[in-house]
Order: sequence, then C-alpha cells, then structure tokens
Amino acid sequence: MLDMINRAYKEIARAGQTLGRKMNIMEVCGTHTVSIFRAGLRDALPDCLKLLSGPGCPVCITDQGYIDAVLSLSRRDDCIIATYGDMIRVPGRDGSLEQNTGRGNIKIILSAQDALKLAIENPNKKVLFVAVGFETTTPATAVIAGQALRQGIKNLFIFSNHKLVIPAMEALLSEKNHRIDAFLCPGHVSVIIGSDAYKPIVEKFKRPCVVSGFEPMQIIFAISEICRQLAEGTASIGSVYQAAVTPQGNKTAQKIISESFDIVDGYWRGLGKIGKSTLKLKEKFSSLDAEKQFGIQLALEEDLTGCRCGEVLCGLIDPCDCGLFAQNCTPDSPIGPCMVSSEGACAAWYKYARGKRRS
Amino acid sequence: MASSGKILLAHGGGGRLTEELIRSVILPVFDNQTLSGLTDSAELELDAKSICFTTDSYVIKPLFFNGGDIGKLAVCGTLNDLAVSGAKPIAISMALIIEEGLEIEILRKILISAAQTAKKQNVPIVCGDTKVVEAGGVDKLFINTSGIGVKIPQAKLGFKQIFPGDAIIVSGTIGDHGMTIMSQREGIKFESSLKSDCAAVTEICIGLVEAFGSDIKFMRDPTRGGLSATLNEIANQANCGVEIYEEKLPVNPTVRAAAEILGFDILEIANEGKVVAVVAAQKAQSCLDFCRSLQIGRDAAIIGNIAESDYLLVELETFIKGRRIVQMPYGRELPRIC
Repeated sequence: MLDMINRAYKEIARAGQTLGRKMNIMEVCGTHTVSIFRAGLRDALPDCLKLLSGPGCPVCITDQGYIDAVLSLSRRDDCIIATYGDMIRVPGRDGSLEQNTGRGNIKIILSAQDALKLAIENPNKKVLFVAVGFETTTPATAVIAGQALRQGIKNLFIFSNHKLVIPAMEALLSEKNHRIDAFLCPGHVSVIIGSDAYKPIVEKFKRPCVVSGFEPMQIIFAISEICRQLAEGTASIGSVYQAAVTPQGNKTAQKIISESFDIVDGYWRGLGKIGKSTLKLKEKFSSLDAEKQFGIQLALEEDLTGCRCGEVLCGLIDPCDCGLFAQNCTPDSPIGPCMVSSEGACAAWYKYARGKRRS
Repeated sequence: MASSGKILLAHGGGGRLTEELIRSVILPVFDNQTLSGLTDSAELELDAKSICFTTDSYVIKPLFFNGGDIGKLAVCGTLNDLAVSGAKPIAISMALIIEEGLEIEILRKILISAAQTAKKQNVPIVCGDTKVVEAGGVDKLFINTSGIGVKIPQAKLGFKQIFPGDAIIVSGTIGDHGMTIMSQREGIKFESSLKSDCAAVTEICIGLVEAFGSDIKFMRDPTRGGLSATLNEIANQANCGVEIYEEKLPVNPTVRAAAEILGFDILEIANEGKVVAVVAAQKAQSCLDFCRSLQIGRDAAIIGNIAESDYLLVELETFIKGRRIVQMPYGRELPRIC
C-alpha cells in the first residue's frame, strides 16, 4: 500500500518538475476538505502542490440573510425549526440557533424524513425545514415535499437554499485572478449529477476534473491523475470512484430534482450572486414554501468586518492569512461560516494544521 | 408493590411507598449487611494512610445499550476513576433520581445489573438514596455513584512524573462505547452490531502499578472526548508534546466504518472500559505484555510517546505518513450533512 502511495507522490513531484511551477488543485466538497486534513495529506504531498478548499460546505456558503430569517422564525412560539446539525452554530446578526436552543424548539435532524416526522408528530406547530445542501441532500427534500403534498400535511414548511455545484465552479473560474488549475470533484455529488456534468469545466475552461471518493488513497490517486493531465497540458474528466459514478448520473434523482425545483439566481456567502445556482420549490409546492407562506424577504448580505471567508472559498488566501483566524475567530467562537462547520475550510485548518504554514 | 408497576411520586416521598420500594426492590438486589442496616451513614473500617474518593453522575440515553446499561455504567465509571488513581475500591454509594412513571421492572433490571457488576469486582454498594421527580423533571433515570478506594503504596502517579520518551499504551480498541450509543440513538443499524466496551479496568490498572511501581507514570480512562481529550490534557498538564501513530491505534473495523459513515473522528469518541497509561520507555514492552495477558487488555497497544516539543500539541502520524494536530474536541459532535 505504502509503495503505491510513494509511487503516486513521485509522479506528482515529477509532474511539478515538468510544469516548473506550483499546481493549485481545488476541492469543492466539505467531506474532501475534512478527509484531506484528517489524513495529513497537505503535509504528506509534495511541495509542488497546493490544495485549495473551495465552496463545498453547505453551511459555509449559506448567506447571512437566510440564517437571519431562520433565527427570526425560531423565536416564534408556534414554530419548530428542523435543521441539520452544522447549521445551528452559524452566527447570524443576532446570535446563532445554538444560543437560542433554550426554547426547546430547535430540533437537530439527520435526514429530511425526520422533518416530515416532526410535522406529523406536532400537528399544532409549524415545522420549518432548513433545507440546505448540494445535489446529495436535494432529492430527499424533494421526496418529503411530494409526501407532504400527497398526505395533506399542512404544517411542514420547506425553506430551500439548495445549491448547485457546477455554476459555482464556473463562477470561480470566471474570476479574473483565480488560482485554480484543476478540480478534485466530489464522489457523492457526482453519483447524482454524473461525471458528464463537468464537461463545461473541461471544455470551456480547460481545467481537469477528476472525481474521487473520500478515502485518502483515492484522493492521492485522483490528485496524481490531475497532475498527469496538467503536466501533459490536457484537461479531461477522470474518476477514481468508478464503481458508483456514471457519465449520466442518477436519472431518477435528477428527475425528482427537476420536477420539484426551479433553478434561480442565488446568493453564496463570500461569493455573492451566482446566476442559476440555487434551487427554489416549484409553484405546485407553494403551500409548503416557507418563503411564500411566511413572507420571508431575504435581506442582502452585509460583509462581516475583517472576515475573509469569501477569499478563502475562492482559493485566493489560506485561512491562516486572515487576520481573524485563530485570534478572534475560533471553532468555539466562530465569526465566519468557514469556521463554523466541521467541514469548513477554516475549521479543518484550525483543527488539523494550525500553526503550520506552508509556502 | 403498588399495582401500577410504575414509579409514583410517593415512592420518593419518604413514607410507606418509599420504604416498600427500598425493602422490596433495592435491598434484595444489593444484599449486603452494611446497606441493609439502613443507617444514615455506612460505617467502613479501613486500615490505610491514603484513601481516594471520587464521584460521577450518569445520565446516558438510552438506559439500555448493547454491552451494558446505566447501572453497569454507573458502577464501572466510578470504579475506573479509582483504578486510574491507583486505588483499590472499598465501597460505592448509589443515588437514584427517578422520573415518575418509570416501570419498576426496568428499575429492577438496572439495579440487578449494577449489583452484578459490583459483585464481580468484589465491591459492596453500601449506601444510597432514592428521589422521584415529576414526569419531565429528569429523563427516566439519573444515577450518581461515589466510590472510596485505598491507594496502593506503589502508586506514584501524576502529570509531574511524565517526561519525553515515555511510552503511551492504550488498553484496547477505541471508540466502541460512543459509536454504539450514537448509532443506537440515531437508529442506524450496522450489519455486525456495535458493542459498548463498558467494563471495570481495575484489574489492569492495579496490576500495572503493583508490577511496575513508579514506572507507571500516569493513567486515565478516556471517556467523554475520547483519546483526543485525554492526550491533550496530558500535553497541557505535563508541559510536553505527544506523538501518536494512526497505524498503531487499535480500532474495531465496525466502529471505524460507523465513525466514517456518521462523520466522527474516532479519536474523539468516548470509551467506558479502556485506560491510557503513560509508562517508562524501557518498561513499555513488559507493560504491554502484562496488559495483553489479561482478557480485558488483549488488544492493548503502544500507540505513541511523549515528545520533546516547544508546542503543547498532540500530533498524529497518519496511515499515509502525513502529520496532523489532534485537537481538544469542541464538546459537542455534530453529525455531518454532506
């Protein structure tokens, strides 16, 4: 095993020599970010490589206006907030959900089905499902929307902030001074969208896209494949996660997403407005749509003083280059969203590599 | 016994029902003369210069889990706090705070389990207390146990004994308890079931100190916060660095899979039947052999060492030969969402 790893490291180093410069590879999935740090990969990989943590954590890219709206609903006595665990520590303008859990109406759930269950068990309350995540969590939201409509459940409200990965990758590559040479593409998102979804990135932007699972070995081999392409000056779609990823993806999941959601422009924390990047429930689900039923007006995001999460997400700086990092902003008392989620780039950096600066 | 078969508020009221509960449920289970005397205090005759005294409360949910229950846990937890201090247990107290409505049969089952665990370790439960609170006041049953032990003369334990070069031993696989509870709580089923390691580590701790004396520098049971919390505490209190090796860590494959699926770091998961021991380097192999000679220590391993370092950090060398810092856990693990 170690032999194979060492061979991969050597191939990566050789590609770096051929190219004569540092290669910047961005991962766009929080699970990759954590896996890379947990395995000590940044330390183990040859110096010719720089790994950038892109906008892959659903918590990190959720704009503050959305958090504020959830917070304000959490203060209503008739509401139960059903949310995935990571969301509860994201700071809004007036505290986080965790600081408001004393009311007992904020429930941490593991799946969308739990939100539906909460609604059925609490017929006298309005259950607000904080629906965030990329293509992996979206189908489950679509499923409960359908179930609620069919079963006539009137007290479930879905506040959709589901996001699409590809538009964000395109937006990053359209930035003038981006530093991204290639993408390490997420395994489970790719199972849904299919590896062909990366065609625009490869064809229009000429950036290699290699799909990988979350085992450190797979990540190393995917990076090695990326480096080979960079050294050869080619850009194509690759995968070291072939068993599960097909070019077309999961058609059933794609169908339920497209039948349930409209694709609209949306705000990403740190990145601003990205065209056709966000999913909102279709008209037929109006009775379940929290934004419509509660009359939520999403306030435009205000920049947090000094917080450079946006630049971190774009790969322009490392977390330790931000003045707040590990000083005012820590996992115990986060300022920016990248510090909040355990999958956020700053939190992973803080937890696994603090103090270590690599040129 | 009251016909409903459930605990009523009156069972904690100090009157007839309380007495009935004590006489028909509690005393028969624990069956020892000190407790049966129902005196206000238990009288213990000791011949020791130094005694250790510890207390802990147990609020685990669910009450029953694969590998144990709150009763067994409450006894083992307190025995383990004594054991890692180098103290042989003499007696335990047990106080119950019961939610009105709890089925008496459930209570009895838990008490029998506690009694059996204590008996196996040859430690009597000599005093106790029973309170009942209204429904919703507590979640079914909370237990507090305290323990008294006699420190064995050979024990010279403490952070101050720890120096660079000392070896770190863990007495068996890590993360079993925490992953069992979390997967049971979340209703996640694994093909080969997970089992808590809930057990008393008295045999291993007292055995080590009796055999190796001052070469055993420090011991701790890595419960909440797992190995991460224990090792970080060692680094901070002993003013040193800690190096551990991922390939040396004993981990049950099912626990590893469960942690991966739920997104947990195995190093941060609680254990309830393990001990981390810092021992003199030259005795490390003998200490390990001793641990492995016991059933409870059969998977013991030397996982790393105390390091000379300018930073009070715990560092892990990973499978792929990368290094990373192992941090003190935040205190509340949250399930991942993608």
